[in-house]
Order: sequence, then C-alpha cells, then structure tokens
Amino acid sequence: MNHYEVIVELKPEVLDTEGRAISESLRRAGQENLKNLKVTKRFVLELDQSCQNPEQYAREIAQEYLANPVSENFHIKKVEN
Amino acid sequence: MTKSSSVKIGLLQFPGSNCDVDCKNALREHFSIDVIPIWHTETTLPKLDGLIIPGGFSYGDYLRGGALASHSKIVADVKSFAARGGPIIGICNGFQILTEAGLLPGVLLRNAQRTFICKYTTLSTQSGKSFYQRTLNSSKINLPIAHGEGRYFLGREGLKKLHDNGQIVFTYDENPNGACDSIAGIVNEKGNVFGLMPHPERAMRTSTGGSSDGKLVWEAFLASCG
Repeated sequence: MNHYEVIVELKPEVLDTEGRAISESLRRAGQENLKNLKVTKRFVLELDQSCQNPEQYAREIAQEYLANPVSENFHIKKVEN
Repeated sequence: MTKSSSVKIGLLQFPGSNCDVDCKNALREHFSIDVIPIWHTETTLPKLDGLIIPGGFSYGDYLRGGALASHSKIVADVKSFAARGGPIIGICNGFQILTEAGLLPGVLLRNAQRTFICKYTTLSTQSGKSFYQRTLNSSKINLPIAHGEGRYFLGREGLKKLHDNGQIVFTYDENPNGACDSIAGIVNEKGNVFGLMPHPERAMRTSTGGSSDGKLVWEAFLASCG
C-alpha cells in the first residue's frame, strides 16, 4: 500500500475561527477541562505503486496544492490506508 | 465617462463564478464595453487590454477559497499577461484566486466573527502609485461586501513591505472581518494587478439603493487599460 497522510493546520499565529467556535461552545456545554481545540484537515493520498520516491511526491502535492504557506503548516506520514 | 468600445476586456469564468454577469452588465451599461468571456479550460487568453476575475464561489470554495481555480489551465497565461504588465482586477473570489495564484501577496481567511457578511462598507483610499490610488486620490467610497472568507492575512514582514511599497489601495473604515490592518484591497508591486473584497459591480446606480461609487473603480481600471 502506498498511502500518505497529509495533515494541514493553520499556523499558530493565525486565528482558527472554527476551532474557537467549537471549543467555546463545548465549554458552554460544561466541558470545563477543555483548554483549547484546533481544527485541522486530513488528506490521504493513494499513490501508484510505480511512483518513485513517493514521500517526496506527496510532499510536493502538499506544498503546491493542499497547504497555503502564507497561513498553514503541514505534516506528512505514511499510513496503512 | 464613455469609453471606446474598442477596448478589449476579458472576463474569466470558472465553475461557481456568479458575479460575472454583474461585471459584464456594469461595463456594457455604463461604459459601452462588451467583455470577452473566457472559460477556465482555455489555454491562452485572446489579445486583451485588461482582464476581470469576477467573484463567486469557484469550485464551491473547496480546499480554500480560490485555491482550485488558481490551478486552472488558463492561469498560466494569466500569469504571463500579468508579467507583461497587463491590467487585472480580481473581485472577492477573484481576489482570492489572485492570492492563491501568487499574483498578489497574502491570503483571505474565514471572517473573524465566523459569519457571512453582506453589507455596505466605507473604504478609504490609501496613497500609492497605482492608477486606482492616483485616480481615487485619498477619497472615501462606499461599496458592498458579501463574503465569508474575506479576512486578509499576511505575516508581519509581508505587511511591512505592502505599506513601504504603497501597495494598499483600500482599507475599511470599520474593519468588518478582522483583516490585517483593515485591508480591503491591494495591488502588486508593479501596480497592474489589483484585488479587492468589495464589489464595485454591485454599486453602479443609486436608484437601486446604496452608492454608485463602483463606477469610480471601473473608471480607474479602464484608465489603466489604456
């Protein structure tokens, strides 16, 4: 299997509006131990078995398309599916 | 102002563009210009004096607003046009597409208060060398905004560069979306690529309520088209 997971998240200095809305709502609902919550995007890329250097290939897709370097960071790892 | 209809203005269209007809009507009715529609699958632009990238929700705003459209086939030639000094105006989603394509710095993020905002805003024209800044000459204008992702964001160094180069064209008098430094519209360093979140094509006549200040923006754009 040639699956790669790409997690894209807002940089720490960028306001995560969705994460803030969810965490504020949960705290109002009584989840007092919840300090913070952030929302990320998870992409799973299935690459062709013939792909040379698949991790580098996945990284290039993440850099070029999946993450915007102005506001987002990303992490890549190989996964089972 | 009546502009010669011989000026060739292109209008890019993507799946999900929805302000294209308003832009077309604005130029037809007020400047007697018939825009040339250009579908995103084209590979080359026709010979143009200027290009409009209209608002809407290209590709349903999937991934990020403007992100998928910025990888359309036609965008390679849009970049060449910009590099040759061709005048481009990107409105709302068009502004998002220009930033995602790297033709303008920064990115447009979800509004800070998490709601879609649709209302008139007062904009102050900042000083700089672009046609827009010179034509509008520090004036205040009223234009409507209609967006959920209009919070302009750029890191501190990038913002400093925008200020130092005089690239900020419009700022909101009352920041509606949490934009860095209340930025509503910017130009590139050369001044030929302009992106703004407010909609000049929706402010063409006072009889429908609101202002007709959109005409001032189109006049500046058309002046830059030679």
